[in-house]
Amino acid sequence: MDTLGQIVALSLAVSLSAVLLAALIGLPLGAAIAVGRFPGRRALIVLLNALMGLPPVVVGLLVYLLLSRAGPLGEMGLLFTPPAMVIAQTLLVLPIIAALCRQSVEDAWVEYEEQLRSLGAHGLRAAVTLVWDIRFSLVTVVLAGLGRALAEVGAVIIVGGNIDGVTRVMTTTIALETSKGDLPLALSLGFILISLVILLNAAAHLIKEAAQRRYG
Amino acid sequence: MAASGSILPLSLRGVRFAAGGRNIIDGMSATIGAGPATIILGANGAGKSVLMRLMHGLLQPTSGEIAWRAQDAERVRRGQAMVFQRPVLLRRSALANILYALELARVPAAECARQAMDALREVGLADVAHRPARVLSGGEQQRLALARAWALHPEVLFLDEPTANLDPGATREIESVIKAFDASGTKIVMSTHNLGQARRLGDEVLFIHQGRLVESAPVDAFFGEPASAEAAAFVKGELPWV
Repeated sequence: MDTLGQIVALSLAVSLSAVLLAALIGLPLGAAIAVGRFPGRRALIVLLNALMGLPPVVVGLLVYLLLSRAGPLGEMGLLFTPPAMVIAQTLLVLPIIAALCRQSVEDAWVEYEEQLRSLGAHGLRAAVTLVWDIRFSLVTVVLAGLGRALAEVGAVIIVGGNIDGVTRVMTTTIALETSKGDLPLALSLGFILISLVILLNAAAHLIKEAAQRRYG
Repeated sequence: MAASGSILPLSLRGVRFAAGGRNIIDGMSATIGAGPATIILGANGAGKSVLMRLMHGLLQPTSGEIAWRAQDAERVRRGQAMVFQRPVLLRRSALANILYALELARVPAAECARQAMDALREVGLADVAHRPARVLSGGEQQRLALARAWALHPEVLFLDEPTANLDPGATREIESVIKAFDASGTKIVMSTHNLGQARRLGDEVLFIHQGRLVESAPVDAFFGEPASAEAAAFVKGELPWV
């Protein structure tokens, strides 16, 4: 079925793009908060942890307001397009990746701090060293973000509009078909979605295991 | 190496370090001069590790003063290296671990590779240079940590119970590496609670007990006839404080 393939492909494209963007911003951000010492740091950590539980519909609403015709970014004409969905999911995933990365880097810092300070590594240099050294653990962090992105429906349905052939993804299709009463289609899509998530996680886990065997 | 004379001696004057409402180091004064290998000897919990960290600059004393002869802070930092009880190695090859330390010390890139390989050869790890550091055995990891410190050509090498987690075979290898460093003129400052090791590697002993410096003497004198009751009991293997 062509449309089904299209729906699955769009789901993956939107969520993977969002996770990539969120990782590019969130990993350095998390590491900087972990290693840095600045006023308001603790409040920022609490806020970041709280934002992990951000309701997708609220993010959807905020991005909707930003991108709607009358909104500040309305002129870009992004509302009800895949890029709008990527923006919404990026905002949703960013706190998860940043907060979990912050925790991982901080745990590693406890182990590495004396050695790195003894060698004269401080600040940015130390943060980069830490992130690179725990890169295999950070795979799990990124996966947590990907799981969130693939599974959410609230944000993409608001900013995407669930337009057939344009912004329809797996989760929005499941929601629509369920309300229309086409349970077999909804169920089979749900099955595909779960399989995909398991497959992606299994692949990442295998890569991580192989890398850990190789590098210790 | 040192541009204008030694960074030593290192002098401690009335050094106190408090944590959790307790004095871990309590009014310690001592001078660590160039030359003889110095052993910081004491039971577990005597304050050896904290003292090493204070001297290396990883901790700041609560009161008192720790001063090197050299004034230039950067020279003092470059003039010393430390090997910890548990080596912290990066997830990269053995060679890359040493190169990382050399880069941080701003060693010219052209000399890094040679200096790193020399250090690996020195500790007998040249054949595992390209193996990931974290998959080496415990003894090899500690030897790599020694090589990393050694590659920096420090004037003073702090060793915090470097063999506490190792089996006798690995301990022997580490000790022979330390002896080689000592023979090449590096000032060794090592903490241990192992009497045999103190005798094998040390020239002078600083015996500390409950955060205080109880006795400071040449190794032979210390083990021949300890001047203090605490040191005598420690040497005999008694534990009067339990």
